[in-house]
Amino acid sequence: MSDVMEQTSTGLREIVSFTIKGQGFCIDIGHVLEIRGWTPTTKLPHAPDYVTGLMNLRGTVLPVIDLSMRLGLGRSEPNPRHVIIIVKLGDSTVGFLVEAVSDILTVRPEEMKPTPDVASNQTKDFIEGVFARDEQLLRALDLKSIMPAGQGAL
Amino acid sequence: MTDLRTAFFEECEELLETLSDGLASLEEGADDSETVNSIFRAVHSIKGSAGAFHLNALAEFSHIFENVLDLLREGKLSADEDLMPLLYAAGDHLSYLVEAANGGVEVEPDRAAALVADLRRTANVEGSATEEEDPDTSAEDVAAIGAFQPINLDLGLPDLGSIDTGEAPAPTGPPRYTIRFAPKDELFETGHDPVLIFRALRALGPVEATADLTEVPAFSEIEWDRPYISWTLTLQTEAGRDGIEGVFDFVSDLCDLEIVPDLPPSTAQAAEPPAGGGETPDEDGPGNVDTGDAGTAAAAPTTAAAAPSAPSAAKPAAKKPEGKAARDTIRVELERVDRLVNIVGELVISEAMLRQAMSDSAMSAHGPAANAMGQLRQLSGELQESVMAIRAQPVRGLFQRMSRIVREVTRETGKNARIVTEGEATEVDKTVIERLVDPLTHMIRNAIDHGLEKPEQREAAGKKALGTVTLSAAHRSGRVIIELRDDGAGINRPKVRELAISKGLIAAGDDLSDAEIDNLLFAPGFSTSEKVSNLSGRGVGMDVVRSEIQALGGRVSIASEWGKGTVFSISLPLTLAVLEGMIVEVAGEKIVVPTTTLRETVRASEAAMHCLGDSERVLSMRDGLVPIVDLGESLGFRGRVSDFSDQSLLLIETDTGQRTALAVDRVYDQREVVIKGLEQNYRQVPGIAAATILGDGRIALIADTDQFTSTGPGTAAASVSASGDIFDDFSDFGV
Repeated sequence: MSDVMEQTSTGLREIVSFTIKGQGFCIDIGHVLEIRGWTPTTKLPHAPDYVTGLMNLRGTVLPVIDLSMRLGLGRSEPNPRHVIIIVKLGDSTVGFLVEAVSDILTVRPEEMKPTPDVASNQTKDFIEGVFARDEQLLRALDLKSIMPAGQGAL
Repeated sequence: MTDLRTAFFEECEELLETLSDGLASLEEGADDSETVNSIFRAVHSIKGSAGAFHLNALAEFSHIFENVLDLLREGKLSADEDLMPLLYAAGDHLSYLVEAANGGVEVEPDRAAALVADLRRTANVEGSATEEEDPDTSAEDVAAIGAFQPINLDLGLPDLGSIDTGEAPAPTGPPRYTIRFAPKDELFETGHDPVLIFRALRALGPVEATADLTEVPAFSEIEWDRPYISWTLTLQTEAGRDGIEGVFDFVSDLCDLEIVPDLPPSTAQAAEPPAGGGETPDEDGPGNVDTGDAGTAAAAPTTAAAAPSAPSAAKPAAKKPEGKAARDTIRVELERVDRLVNIVGELVISEAMLRQAMSDSAMSAHGPAANAMGQLRQLSGELQESVMAIRAQPVRGLFQRMSRIVREVTRETGKNARIVTEGEATEVDKTVIERLVDPLTHMIRNAIDHGLEKPEQREAAGKKALGTVTLSAAHRSGRVIIELRDDGAGINRPKVRELAISKGLIAAGDDLSDAEIDNLLFAPGFSTSEKVSNLSGRGVGMDVVRSEIQALGGRVSIASEWGKGTVFSISLPLTLAVLEGMIVEVAGEKIVVPTTTLRETVRASEAAMHCLGDSERVLSMRDGLVPIVDLGESLGFRGRVSDFSDQSLLLIETDTGQRTALAVDRVYDQREVVIKGLEQNYRQVPGIAAATILGDGRIALIADTDQFTSTGPGTAAASVSASGDIFDDFSDFGV
């Protein structure tokens, strides 16, 4: 993951933090294209349960992933206060449905601690480490495992 | 340089197309000089540029080919039945060489040995006549030549022997020409380089160059951008005057050029030894005056004696690059066009959103805003059409490529076949054409390899030994229909059935209609060939062909009559970008059903429906029963509705005549929608062809109606209903 992480010249990382079901998560800002308010999505047939549907981003059709469902935290009941983080990894662009975006932070890579064992297994699979900030725990998401690479469009 | 190379290969593609066109009209009997000239020019241009790019194999072969064409042009050969196959073979080989050069592939050296020999022989039978250039001699130039202070130039042409010019050292070598070449300022201003021209000349035959430095002023007076140096070149070539002029085609206005044929080789031979001896190319760098080279100075007057001075000097200047001006086109990168197409797509969507917003806000339908809106709508529609037209291309190139495949396959299989093409001018989206190459190639190989019988079998069946494969294209109701017809044996249905049973594709007791048996050919893992030939039995079956065509939004169907032949029809959308669809609603979601397969819309309450078994229902139509498929259920949006009476039924009919009634909750209107692929950011979804954006900005899915109608084994319909668990695994989620 760190290879694709945006590193500033001083070796610092900029991250976007957000909350899902009250828990703090973060991803590298380099992957974030933009952040949008929630709009109803179009249901996709035969989709995995964590895919809420399709959204229109200025003419591009994107699938929206319910991160809460993906991380095993239960289905989100989206309301207009929810936001969609548009994320690009490789050639694909997807939207992540989250409750709220909290902050943009600058962290030193060595601040990242390994994931403690207490986390639920499904959540842990998608986390590459945690940052402690202001007594809050930010779980750094591993985008590659959330959006498995090399699977190609089927 | 890379850009130039790219441009060269693009140009080659066009030239090969011209060549192919010309050959076809020649065969049809259009033996006029314009046709022959266009062929000649095409080959000639390829040769000229190939030389400039050091594509020796290509330059060399086009040269040999050109010789034959030259004779044809002069009427010394005629395009009869003996010559045409040779010309075709040469054209095919030329295409092969261009492709090889483009792909950086090593050319198989023996691939065309026989062909080259044939061409050489053909050229030589009549060839002697071409060498008779003007015997008209004049010695006026002797003095001018004598005034030269020739020097040797190292053109970086180390190995002249590598260019095969036939029997170069033999006494009957190709004729010699003396070329005087004096660049003007503009030549350098426009980026031309004499060295490249000299290299191109070298591709025609052994060349010797001497520079005339008499015009070069004292060093302090030299203006850096003035051409002070002119050259005298002697070239031994079979290319003829036209061949040489061709090299100078692009600079003919930018220089003073004089091409003078020398005395016939036998005479000139006497003058050669001293010249050859004194001019080892590695002697000195450019600019060094070689005073010791009296040999050339002595030889020059002799050779120049053949110069018909005045007329020949005037001629090159008057000669314009032919065949170029006629093409009133520009080359645009596809990427730019695609960007334009995308933007126009967005514009159309925004326009629709604006229109919807206006009607939602209850604005007057006749006010000035509405009028302007109407105008905008019309303009954006026209804009969209025009942009789509940019991407459209005639299928001619594709068909020509297929003609080549036919010739290749007939050679390999020993079957006699000819190809007839119809509707080459039909225009289709460029991407569609490109992506049709592979499936069509495969189908044509199949048609000849499996479809056509051996000549003796054909004769026994009372048919002509020469089989015919017909490839046709036509526009039909908003789609392009490409048909591949052969007059072969047709599908051996009992055998197909037997094979399908042995491969477990169908059960022994299954009762299949003829059409269903024919469609088994498309089933994965099916191959009718008893022995695997290296042509079609590559493990790539017709199922791959079908999926490739489906990926283009197309359909392929098959019809066959035993003993008479088989017809494959490919039905394709005109463009990949827009589609005419009926907007319907299912379980609260809007779905677009393409109108291409839509035959009729029926209100379920007024239709005659019957139950079949537990919950299957059929619709009773005038001419039979049609199964009803609940769209909402088969897309997994909801369970089956028990009562269809509130629903509408869309009667769908595929190209193969299979019918299905799709039950939907509500039918809205019919409109044109912009197709947005799902594969880029997601993946293909069973039952869904693509997505689109509606006027309110929401996304609607476009149903792939074929998947709800096909009933054959292993088809998409099966996977639509059997889905569910296989997609739950997140690794399926293609990103």
